[in-house]
Amino acid sequence: MSKPALLDYAARWWMRLFLAMFFLLLYAPIVILIIFSFNDSKRNIVWRGATGKYYAKAWANDSLIEAFINSLTIAVANMIVGTLLGVITAILLWRFRFPAKKAVEGVLALPIVIPEICMGVAMLVFFNKWWPNNLVWPLNLVNIIIAHVTFTFPFVAVIVRGQLAGLNREFELAAMDLGASEWRAMIDVLLPQIKPSIIAGALIAFTLSLEDFVITYFTAGPDSITLPVKINSMVRFSVTPEVNAASTILIIITIVAVWLAMRIQKEKTNG
Amino acid sequence: METDNWRRNKRVFFAVSVPQLTWLLIFFIIPLAAVFIISFSEKRGIIGHELVWDWKNYIRAIEPIYLSIFAKTLLTSTAVTVICLLVGYPVALAISFAPRWLKLALLFAVTVPFWINGLIRTYALIAVFRTRGILNFTLEWFWSIGASVLAWFGIEVGSYQDLQFLYTNVAATAGIVYVFIPFMILPLYAVMERFDKSYLEAALDLGAGHWRTFFTVLLPLTTPGIISGCIIVFVPSLGVFFIADLLGGTDSLLIGNVIERQFLGANNWPFGAALSFLLMYLTFAALILYSIVNKKSKKIGGVDV
Amino acid sequence: MGKTVLSIENIVKKFGNVAAVNGVSLTIQDGDFFALLGPSGCGKTTLLRMLGGFDSPTSGHIFMDGIDITDVPPNKRQINMLFQSYAVFPHMNVEDNVAYGLRMEKRPTTEINQRVQEALALVRMEEFAKRPPDKLSGGQRQRVALARALIKKPRILLLDEPLSALDAKLRGAMQTELVRLQQTVGITFIIVTHDQDEALSMATRIAVMDEGSFCQVDAPRVLYEAPSSRFVADFIGRMNMHECIVIAEQDNGYCINAGGDMGEISVRHAPLPGVRAGDKIYYGVRPEKVIFSKDKPADNVGNAVVLENYSYHGDETLLYCRSQDGTLWTCTLTNDRRNFTPVNVGELGWLTWAADNMILLAK
Repeated sequence: MSKPALLDYAARWWMRLFLAMFFLLLYAPIVILIIFSFNDSKRNIVWRGATGKYYAKAWANDSLIEAFINSLTIAVANMIVGTLLGVITAILLWRFRFPAKKAVEGVLALPIVIPEICMGVAMLVFFNKWWPNNLVWPLNLVNIIIAHVTFTFPFVAVIVRGQLAGLNREFELAAMDLGASEWRAMIDVLLPQIKPSIIAGALIAFTLSLEDFVITYFTAGPDSITLPVKINSMVRFSVTPEVNAASTILIIITIVAVWLAMRIQKEKTNG
Repeated sequence: METDNWRRNKRVFFAVSVPQLTWLLIFFIIPLAAVFIISFSEKRGIIGHELVWDWKNYIRAIEPIYLSIFAKTLLTSTAVTVICLLVGYPVALAISFAPRWLKLALLFAVTVPFWINGLIRTYALIAVFRTRGILNFTLEWFWSIGASVLAWFGIEVGSYQDLQFLYTNVAATAGIVYVFIPFMILPLYAVMERFDKSYLEAALDLGAGHWRTFFTVLLPLTTPGIISGCIIVFVPSLGVFFIADLLGGTDSLLIGNVIERQFLGANNWPFGAALSFLLMYLTFAALILYSIVNKKSKKIGGVDV
Repeated sequence: MGKTVLSIENIVKKFGNVAAVNGVSLTIQDGDFFALLGPSGCGKTTLLRMLGGFDSPTSGHIFMDGIDITDVPPNKRQINMLFQSYAVFPHMNVEDNVAYGLRMEKRPTTEINQRVQEALALVRMEEFAKRPPDKLSGGQRQRVALARALIKKPRILLLDEPLSALDAKLRGAMQTELVRLQQTVGITFIIVTHDQDEALSMATRIAVMDEGSFCQVDAPRVLYEAPSSRFVADFIGRMNMHECIVIAEQDNGYCINAGGDMGEISVRHAPLPGVRAGDKIYYGVRPEKVIFSKDKPADNVGNAVVLENYSYHGDETLLYCRSQDGTLWTCTLTNDRRNFTPVNVGELGWLTWAADNMILLAK
């Protein structure tokens, strides 16, 4: 084994030790949470053998399942609307020069930069004052969906714009030169080229919505609970492995969605 | 070329601008404006309030008790940012110098917690910090090893006493660091990845040691990443409430907790609205400071973010 | 000159299982302008980086003035490098960049200032002392990088593809400039390049590299006029190269049969080790040593051809001809008169050359 190259800091033992410690500390709590979801003990402290009963218990918990279905419904609806708005925003900012463009860009960045809690209270005030309550499912979820779309579509726009920035406008001009209208050129030439970032953006929108706690917490009514909000109330009520089981499921869905998004993004950069 | 002028194709322009701008107006600007107006109202009855257009709520917000909470929030966020930077910088550096296969794996490993719900990750920390939790178990283990070594020398130490971590400021700060550290690493990594490594080789070639290379070349040239990382951690950490709620003690109240209580507990919307806007102004101040510092750091060179 | 400043012994560098540098040995004399020339991926940059101390060899040793410096880090070597990207620190102005190395040596300020002035004068950049690098052109940045490296008074300066980022005009000027600089400061230069023109015009010695090994190490003239292998002959300049049979070994050369119209030819040539009568070898003639004519001149070796195609380059015209046995030949025509008679595709003629201009290649 020859000694590491001059700048190969990642190969030095002290750096490896530091990285190992870092990732251990980063992952230990999550891994322990997952492990204890299989713990055959009501208390979350000592290991008493493996069991799947808390998953069964979670499955039998109607309000938990309801929260889960709500979460998925909201995430999917948010994904569709948020992606649509995000993509047209990206195209608008990439394609056009128009008056007050800088100001529009600034306003579009606001939902990303202002503290979540401020966004949350704004939603609380808005829906309390001007939105009918006591709607039936799934209409009672619409306010949460609206809140989610408002803060997710700028993220989608950022992702799609990133790919648009590397795009050659001459493809579109070529299509128009060959007789396509601007619409057709956009649909035939532009959209296929930015498909990877649209899919990645959609998955990110899905995840952001599924994961959101703060904004949902302020928007959700008593009969429109999502999984993170449900977990929050369970955590405060009693800490049982059932919470771990519910959390584990949410973690797994998240990891799969993020992994997919990253793979698609990677293909984009390789292709 | 003039093809990007919006007048050239108004139909397409309106199609890609009207929907989301309308959306933003109705579901973002109007709600924020409502909060702004409420902040000048007065609480009436149990849940009601009336617009009176005075500064009472803001004046109340600068009473010592709330001012100290603002100060505490700033202090906590600053501490969190500094810790995230000290830990995150070497991690980002190591990732950017890793071979390609490892780089992608490490990057994914940093990104996953970034996406996992902050609430769940905070909840996971409870198991670490509580009296009979992982941290105390680990310390006890080290203690017992130490004790047996000392016993071998004939020195007796008592048995391990569990330390109180949960419901302290330390746990709250550690929790915020834990939730926000990926936010620091990713922008730092982005700058380091684009950083031309031959600058480092040139410095070493010219006779600088590794430490002097770090301070004279790497650190100044990665400043834009440091600034971005700090702002990305600092700004959202100002508004945190559930982390301090779950992990912190009674004296770990941050401004986010106060806002939440005004809206969902005390039902004093006007005061909560005023606090929200103060928090937002604080955020904007940080962002403006960022853009000034960032412009300056770009002027003296460095890698664009 | 004449003293060995650097010698490397059996350097091997493996990345995984691939040997980028495969056991090379070399000595470089003090004052040499030495070029490592080869196609991309041949290992020349890897070798240069090992000389600079940025990579360590898997095995083998590097000696400077007889002392083993294989494990000496770059900041302790009396060797400096001009990076391909120049690596001029963007957060320091020209002066600070140039002074950097001396500051690391903790020299007194007055000495630093004086030497910075000298170094900037050497590369003719005195008036740019306070400029930030982003206000400099590529060529100016390169001068700063040169001054920054030379101010350290190294024994050896390494240059990694120094001219590749410059445009064609500037490249020519910089070639002359580098040679002038090297002669002024008297430091040994080792340059890596894939451009044969650059190597031939600047270097005093050239090592041609391919797949991690040296093919030939010689002065530019020798490399061009007496290449030792078909790879070198083909890599440097253009070459008409064809098979032939050795008929007999002669006192100071060989008698070969090149086939076609040429028949048996006696070629004066240095001895080729291991070549016997009856062996199949190769012969080559450079296009500029071939003459295109309508008739067969008496004394020279020649071949009847048809002109298949040509390309006009202003100063010269390249003729592509095919002989009767189907082999392809190239011949350079110098356009030395303004109103010369143009050639026509399909024309018949003779390609001839003096037998002394033929190179015999065994491998």
